[in-house]
Amino acid sequence: MNHLINNSKKDRYLLLINKVLLSVIVLIVLVPLMYVLLGSFLQPNILLTQGFSLNPDHWTIDGYSRIFADGTIMRGFFNSILYATAFTVISVLVAILAGYSLSVDSLAWKKTIMFFFLLTMFFSGGLIPTYLVVRNLGLLDTMWAIILPGSVSVWNIILARTYFKGLPKELKEAAKIDGASDFMIFLKIIIPLSKPIIFVLALYAFIGQWNAYFDAMIYLENQSKYPLQLILRSILIQNEVEPGMISDQLAMAEMQRISEMIKYSSIILASLPLLIMYPFFQKYFEKGVMVGSLK
Amino acid sequence: MRNNYILYLFLLPAIILTLIFHYLPMYGTIIAFKDFSPVKGIWGSDWVGLEHFTNFLNSPNFLSIMMNTIKLSSFDLLIGFPVPVILALMLNQLRRAGVKKNIQLILYAPHFISVVVISGMLFIFLSPTGPINSLMTIFTNEPYSFMSDPDAFRSIYIFSGVWQGAGFASIIYVAALSNVDPQLHDAATIDGASLLQRIKHIDLPTLKPVMAVLFILAAGGIMAIGFEKAYLLQTSMNLPASEIIPTYVYKRGLQAGDYSFATAVGLFNAIINVILLFTVNHVVKKLNDGDGLV
Repeated sequence: MNHLINNSKKDRYLLLINKVLLSVIVLIVLVPLMYVLLGSFLQPNILLTQGFSLNPDHWTIDGYSRIFADGTIMRGFFNSILYATAFTVISVLVAILAGYSLSVDSLAWKKTIMFFFLLTMFFSGGLIPTYLVVRNLGLLDTMWAIILPGSVSVWNIILARTYFKGLPKELKEAAKIDGASDFMIFLKIIIPLSKPIIFVLALYAFIGQWNAYFDAMIYLENQSKYPLQLILRSILIQNEVEPGMISDQLAMAEMQRISEMIKYSSIILASLPLLIMYPFFQKYFEKGVMVGSLK
Repeated sequence: MRNNYILYLFLLPAIILTLIFHYLPMYGTIIAFKDFSPVKGIWGSDWVGLEHFTNFLNSPNFLSIMMNTIKLSSFDLLIGFPVPVILALMLNQLRRAGVKKNIQLILYAPHFISVVVISGMLFIFLSPTGPINSLMTIFTNEPYSFMSDPDAFRSIYIFSGVWQGAGFASIIYVAALSNVDPQLHDAATIDGASLLQRIKHIDLPTLKPVMAVLFILAAGGIMAIGFEKAYLLQTSMNLPASEIIPTYVYKRGLQAGDYSFATAVGLFNAIINVILLFTVNHVVKKLNDGDGLV
């Protein structure tokens, strides 16, 4: 905003207070994150007893090397990549296909089909009946139990439909006159123009699945199939650091402190993929929210 | 249907998946009125009418679980809803675009951290030997055991939610405010309007429609309060405040295998939710010159 008019004296004080408050808010958000980041690189308890330390003796990557040496977390990491990728591909494909069809004006039964999807936003069977369906399909303890039940998002279908409706109609009409089929129009004209919406949907799907733990908790039994978040839960919440990671003959207290460091390192490891990619994609997040707000 | 068959083919995956994973469970909720036995199946099990509902309503936990759910979600809404609006108004006062972008970048970041990690961080920070307590022991002698105090549970839940979500939730308001013509502000300033007056008469009216829609959505989900974080933050000590309907459904249903009873409780919860959605929508419509969601 380019204001040309100067503010009154009182307003300038208010603007100054505003800046100070915002700085405090930024610190409140940043400090816990930095604390964890530093905690993952500093010897156990240094942060607590001495605060930040530049002494190189206090720095270590022990937490990370213990994580990499132990198979559990890394296996979870790769399981998560598999689940999140598969979920992203399926859910985006389903949403784009359905969203495109519903954006075509000449589609008969369009309203009815839309209502069929919309209803699921307001009514759901709930936890137990959904669990029973997954169980009866024989999907328990398979990756499909994590991927399929949530793969249709009405919200994503609406987002896709809104986007497709915004594309110029002339393109499709011209292609139709040239004799292109619906399928060819979709493949050759619509898809190449849809990179932004595909990107937004994929990003949201990937993040959602990467951070999810609940479906895995109720549907998976075999620990080797656990995604990263579920393994983190046992480390962070249930305090179960894998014995393999601290097998050394250590005193109780030392073990306690090392397990703290492993907690910090695993938090960083779990958040790293998203935190690295997120500044680059900031504008897409905003785009996603904005497309979503167009009803 | 002028040769649109390919479009119906496109719709097929979404329709099949929705039928299986949304409509089949809806049919499955009839076990709330039956004594579900896996051997007899959903249809073959015996009808019991409203027995599970009356059992829940008459159970000694009912009032406490119900109140926990309502308190947790309504405080969450009352505190969590206005913060992003205020944050957006504050960000909107920053004139240098670069500074604003960087601040937003930092404020959005926690949104991308998982609930498991957030809960884990809370356990670390608030533990009796954690950093918050080591700061507090400067003033007090005893470390305070946050995670085992039912009185602290709601505050921890709500403020950590604000910490994580307020920045990202402000995106939509920031975007709405950036559509305001700066000349409008300049003209008002010339007319002698103070900063606060301009916020009240220019910025807030701009945000009103967005706020109305988001409020309805948030209020409609009031009973569907985030199960995942509540469950993670639960300890046996803070249970008197942290047991809410969704965690209860999970424990009675999947952990104890009491499928029919848990489904009845979940259905009860869902019905209240839908009633709330329509009530709030009705009220907001009246307040917002006839514009609501539904």
